[in-house]
Amino acid sequence: MALRDAGAEVVYLGLRQTPAQIVAAARAEDADVIGISVLSGVHLALAREVREAQQAAGVADIPLVVGGTIPPQDAAALAELGVRGVFSVGTPIEEVVRGVLEVGLLARDPLTPGGSR
Amino acid sequence: MSSTDSGIPVEPWYEPPDGPAPALGRPGEPPFTRGPYASMYRGRLWTMRQFAGYGSPEETNERFHFLLERGQTALSVAFDLPTQLGYDSSHDLAGHEVGRVGVAIDTAQDMADLFDGLPLAELSVNFTINATAPIMLAFYLVAAEQRGVDPAGLAGTLQNDILKEFLARKLYVFPPQPSLRLAGDVVEYCARELPRFNPISVTGYHAREAGCDAIQELGLTMAAAIAYAEHFTARGLAFDSFAPRLSFHFSSQLDLFEEVAKVRAARRLWYQIATERFGAASENSGRLRFFSGCSGATLTAQQPLNNVVRSALQCLAAVLGGAQSIHVMGYDEALEIPTEESVQLALRTQQIIAYESGVTRTVDPLAGSYFVESLTDQLQQRASALIEDIDAAGGYVRLLEQGVPQRWIAESAYAAEKAVQSGEKTKVGVNRFVTGDDGPPPQLFTVDETAAARQRARLAARLAARDDAAAKQELSQLREVVAAGGNTMPAFLAAARAGCTVGEITGVLRAEFGEYTEPPPW
Repeated sequence: MALRDAGAEVVYLGLRQTPAQIVAAARAEDADVIGISVLSGVHLALAREVREAQQAAGVADIPLVVGGTIPPQDAAALAELGVRGVFSVGTPIEEVVRGVLEVGLLARDPLTPGGSR
Repeated sequence: MSSTDSGIPVEPWYEPPDGPAPALGRPGEPPFTRGPYASMYRGRLWTMRQFAGYGSPEETNERFHFLLERGQTALSVAFDLPTQLGYDSSHDLAGHEVGRVGVAIDTAQDMADLFDGLPLAELSVNFTINATAPIMLAFYLVAAEQRGVDPAGLAGTLQNDILKEFLARKLYVFPPQPSLRLAGDVVEYCARELPRFNPISVTGYHAREAGCDAIQELGLTMAAAIAYAEHFTARGLAFDSFAPRLSFHFSSQLDLFEEVAKVRAARRLWYQIATERFGAASENSGRLRFFSGCSGATLTAQQPLNNVVRSALQCLAAVLGGAQSIHVMGYDEALEIPTEESVQLALRTQQIIAYESGVTRTVDPLAGSYFVESLTDQLQQRASALIEDIDAAGGYVRLLEQGVPQRWIAESAYAAEKAVQSGEKTKVGVNRFVTGDDGPPPQLFTVDETAAARQRARLAARLAARDDAAAKQELSQLREVVAAGGNTMPAFLAAARAGCTVGEITGVLRAEFGEYTEPPPW
């Protein structure tokens, strides 16, 4: 809701999506950012699988961000997997919005941060 | 127990000199505003029931023993997501989720291992299971049979509230109508065979945790209870045959007096619904009993030790409201499933309130407070208005199918979060009194990464050891019962005895009922 309020187009896939489904949708929608939310604690394994699926589909350049119940000590491991933003429990909404828009815009036009299409 | 610390005698309950107001009654008497039982905690304390489960059955069994040895008085099983969605641990979709947020149970034999060494005949067990509830009940009954325990004597609660899965918890599998049929099969079976078992726990907890307010929690819970009662009576069950065994489940958040008023209003409202709407003849049909799960959503990842205090307040609210059983959240649950240290502290929180605070000495101690009685009236009125709106819009199930109450919750949650973000609502350690140095993160629970592989190996061994033809035979019998519209419980029991897995049994139901996809939330 907050991302929509901020002017982003949000394609919400709903619950229980596999990494392959997520990547296929991102590709079909020409997404600027992929965001996944994980509350069960399997964020490391799932983020790895989504990144692998992105590589396999040739869309590794779409930045991946992860939100959910994520202990602070896991943030570094997620970054190593290539996750560009981690929004754990308690992250202010505006920080999530700013973070998602920033990585999305950077990916779209890496030479002019803040630029838009 | 019967006097204060300084020796002043304490009566079982207090009331005005000219007797109780009709809207209150006496404890244990209609309309049960003051509590379902006359003696309440003077007669028996609430049941201390910490929700627990992770890894394989033997690991959770260890946690159960740990809790009981420390004075817990009943058990509550958390199942992993594959079990809740009816996938075996070996299924592709189960993947990393095996044993993650609860215990993995694939077969009745797993259920027997889960309760190894525990006195089933004396224990009350809660099962937080919904879409696959009838299957888990069948597994439990078969495990009891194998141990020589008469199922008729078993006590416990099956959550089995599928409507709130569509509303807020989201672990539905089948569409609403066949889901209601399965819930009804369990209720019908339990009414006949398991007199001490609560076959359904009508739950407002998850809607509240997902972000609605106390009025919506109360109104939506009652609307769901009405929908179930209408469904069960429509299939021919007498209201008084199942209503006395309906259990309820509320959250307990931090607005102490509102939380107490909420459950007092809930009891009065349910009595009114039972008698006026459903013509209850048995007094027990209108006697609302509830479990309080306290609240994880109010806990913070920041300064996690602050959650110890929040949990104590939530537990106190549940006790002052007259809960029959309580789970207290661990302080680390905004980050991980709780450690042994954390669950012990949660249990000790209950024990300190029970044995040291003195609040159990008299029933409904806040009765007669101008504020609390006014709040109780307000909550009842506002929740009743919500129920009327739901009735007028065609009923609760219809609204759920259209995604309407789901949107109410999303809107409330967003508004509440914005109030925290703007500082309008204070959250200590989050938007005020932030030190910038929260200290090192607590020692969190570490997941045994080998548990899932062990569970898959166990399942493979069980499948290899069973009589495959007999198992297949039971599955095809089940398919026939499902298609013919009969009560499915006996077929689930037969399948469980033959070693069928949760994935196989749910597979039959998936094929017959189809799977539900929710409407886009916005």
